Amino acid sequence: METVTLNSNFKSEEYFINMGPQHPATHGVLRLLLTIDGEIIKKVEPDLGYIHRSIEKMCERDSYQQIVHLTDRMDYLSANINNEAVCLTIENALQLEIPERVKVIRTIIGELTRISSHCLWWGVMGMDVGALTTYFYGFRDRELLNDIFEETCGARLTMNYNVPGGLMFDIHPNFVKRVKDFIAHFKTKLPEYDRLLTDNIIFQKRAMGVGILSKEDAISYGASGPVGRASGYSCDVRKHHPYSALDKVTFNEALRTEGDTYARYLVRIQEMWESMSIVEQLIDNIPEGEHRVATNAVIKLPKGEYYQKVETARGELGVYIISTGLKSPYRLKFRSPGFSNLSLLNHIAVGGKIGDLVATMATLDLVIPDIDR
Amino acid sequence: MNSALSITKNIHDWLFSIMPETAANIAEMVLIALVYLGIFAIAGLFLVLLERRVAAWFQLRIGPNRVGFQGLLQTMADAIKLLSKELTGTTKADKFLYNLAPYFVIISSLMALSVFPFTKEFQAFDINIGIFFLIAVSSIGVIGILLGGWSSNNKFAMIGAMRSGVQTISYELSIGLSLLTMVLITGSLQLSEIVEVQKSGWLIVQGHIPAIIAFMIYMIAGTAETNRAPFDMVEAESELGAGFHTEYSGMKFAYFFLAEFINMFIIAAIATTIFFGAWLSPFGITESIPLLGVFWFLLKALILVFLMMWFRWTFPRLRIDQLLTLEWKYLLPLNLANIMLMALLVWLNLTISF
Amino acid sequence: MKNEELQELIGNWSPNLEFTEEGSQYLNVTVPKEELHAIMFKLKHDDQSSLDYLFCLSGVDWGEELGVVYHLESTNFRHSLVVKTQIAERENPVIASVYDIWATAEFHEREVFDFFGINFTNHPNLKRLFLTDDWVGFPLRKDYEDNINMIIK
Repeated sequence: METVTLNSNFKSEEYFINMGPQHPATHGVLRLLLTIDGEIIKKVEPDLGYIHRSIEKMCERDSYQQIVHLTDRMDYLSANINNEAVCLTIENALQLEIPERVKVIRTIIGELTRISSHCLWWGVMGMDVGALTTYFYGFRDRELLNDIFEETCGARLTMNYNVPGGLMFDIHPNFVKRVKDFIAHFKTKLPEYDRLLTDNIIFQKRAMGVGILSKEDAISYGASGPVGRASGYSCDVRKHHPYSALDKVTFNEALRTEGDTYARYLVRIQEMWESMSIVEQLIDNIPEGEHRVATNAVIKLPKGEYYQKVETARGELGVYIISTGLKSPYRLKFRSPGFSNLSLLNHIAVGGKIGDLVATMATLDLVIPDIDR
Repeated sequence: MNSALSITKNIHDWLFSIMPETAANIAEMVLIALVYLGIFAIAGLFLVLLERRVAAWFQLRIGPNRVGFQGLLQTMADAIKLLSKELTGTTKADKFLYNLAPYFVIISSLMALSVFPFTKEFQAFDINIGIFFLIAVSSIGVIGILLGGWSSNNKFAMIGAMRSGVQTISYELSIGLSLLTMVLITGSLQLSEIVEVQKSGWLIVQGHIPAIIAFMIYMIAGTAETNRAPFDMVEAESELGAGFHTEYSGMKFAYFFLAEFINMFIIAAIATTIFFGAWLSPFGITESIPLLGVFWFLLKALILVFLMMWFRWTFPRLRIDQLLTLEWKYLLPLNLANIMLMALLVWLNLTISF
Repeated sequence: MKNEELQELIGNWSPNLEFTEEGSQYLNVTVPKEELHAIMFKLKHDDQSSLDYLFCLSGVDWGEELGVVYHLESTNFRHSLVVKTQIAERENPVIASVYDIWATAEFHEREVFDFFGINFTNHPNLKRLFLTDDWVGFPLRKDYEDNINMIIK
């Protein structure tokens, strides 16, 4: 880039601007301290903690059943996958034999949660780049999923459907039919998303070549989920460390190599197709059996350390439990995907315009309670 | 003529009969100004309603439908609510400029309305440099936006205002040049004469290819000029919160808001006048009823307004550098070439006229 | 690489490493804090270990001493390793930052500093991340007391 020497009277000056905690693009209470030169971002410094509830400290005094409830409130858009992560950790520690039926249902609901989360993300992504209509299209389809969840467990968002040892209730008799209806419906609606936003030339110009993250940086910054996969970094926990019934299904890991905002966008769109295919493979063959195995009323994990990774809609969620054999964990750490993904924002947003920052942030798909825990 | 138009004549005669000529002229001007103010304040409100209903239609929603029949009174209620709201502001704002800004914006947009020929007799001010006047007046609005953004003492407002300045100055060029292309056919800047020329075919037909290009450029630039999506860099709610009017509330905000919608109508009305024969009916089907000219004018203008709403609710927003690239690297050279083409067309008498 | 091979490989680098697989699904290695940075650097850059993905960095209060636990994975070979280190001093615990090895450590170390008060040397921007700058104490330590906000059962 050529440099222009300006008359000293017209020297450009960097200034600070406070984006958030109440700002439409930060989706919650994220506060970004921006250093800007005109329109160009020089530095992004996230300031966190506006919704920190210290879940990790609360876990140290709660019983294991209670911990599951808290995880709903972290990444509320993939609440069910968070629940599953904690339950899996506890079940592995207790070496419980989980019925096949539970595994299959967990996987189906997990994938539906992923679709639901991506629907919301897609709507918000469009809104962040200025196409307000997408929001309503995304919500239209998400609403159907929420109805299914509501029928299954009574809650639409913070589902709390998993308990250590299985599921809180068995599925509703309508479940299979409604899920099939949804898949049939969504297969006609997902191409609509492409027509409205993906193929739009303005959107492509806004997204292509913006916020580029190389594969090396993606690994170094601990990027996971669609953010990592858009950079060509194969990081799908479902592939590399399959859990529940994910080892029984075949699906493609959505991988792209460009690493820009558009690639992250396309990865998520493709993930919706893959999730639908996973659900389709399982929905007809839900095995009969118990929906729950009995556990002790007071669960005490054997002394030791347990780590479980799952793939939420945002990336790799890790649950790290250190147990001393008591009814509460000695230390419980959630490795949240949003936290690591946020740490690379400064790296990829510098040098772009304010509009680029917003588009980039939208494809990181940050959920602030997930970061603040 | 007919009754509606003779009312104005009666008022005119009556005014002149009761007071001296100068006073009557002033009284008449005030009267006309008040009528226009009334009509377009209300029209602006209905445009807001139209926008909301159109948006709802695009977005699988119903839109406002409770206040009055099909929500017709919704925006009236909103306006009353805004009137009764507290006028807040930042403490370190430049109070004088801060309060002045909304009036700049609303006055400039209302001024532009005066020259439109709604029908043959319904034109407040048939100035012989009509188009020039329109372009000049409509660019005053940006001063209001700049003042508002700068004096608010808010960085988001400041960025919005600066974007607005850059954007309006750039796209003013395209608007001017695309209108100039059409002036080559009419040979006059006076709006009534431009309409007269179109009696032998609307200009978009007369000028065919270059006219269509000019129209497309005009609509793009016009959308940018009104700061509407996909060129709403000025507000860009996901980037700047609310842009230049972040710190405005109550009626001062309503002025900005109303001005946006009146400006949209102005852009559509200019296009109607220049490209689509203003109040002329298609193929002269209602030539015998002059009052229907108002209907045709509004119909054409509203179709174009709908087009702009369609843009807004479909397209994502451009980035500021792409916005400028579009203007300076694509629209402007294209426009200049288009003028040459049109000049050639007029010179060789290749225009179509019936 | 199997856990045994990994243990053999890393065991040659320093005599002060303790390995254990007890009570954990991963191979655990305890590193003295003085050697931490050198070992970590080697773990990432050695062609055979190639542990280039730091997926979890947790602070732990062991009661007597504070600890930091690093969960590492190799994206090439898909083997994992847990590195643990302990700091005996509670008043002013200091440990080397691994920010220059894995960039993700910047935020994770700030979190640990925020909640456990462990100082990471050479960290570019070590300050409170979640809590306010004037917060007293380190909430995730076991001896932290707050009679107003904490409910003890």
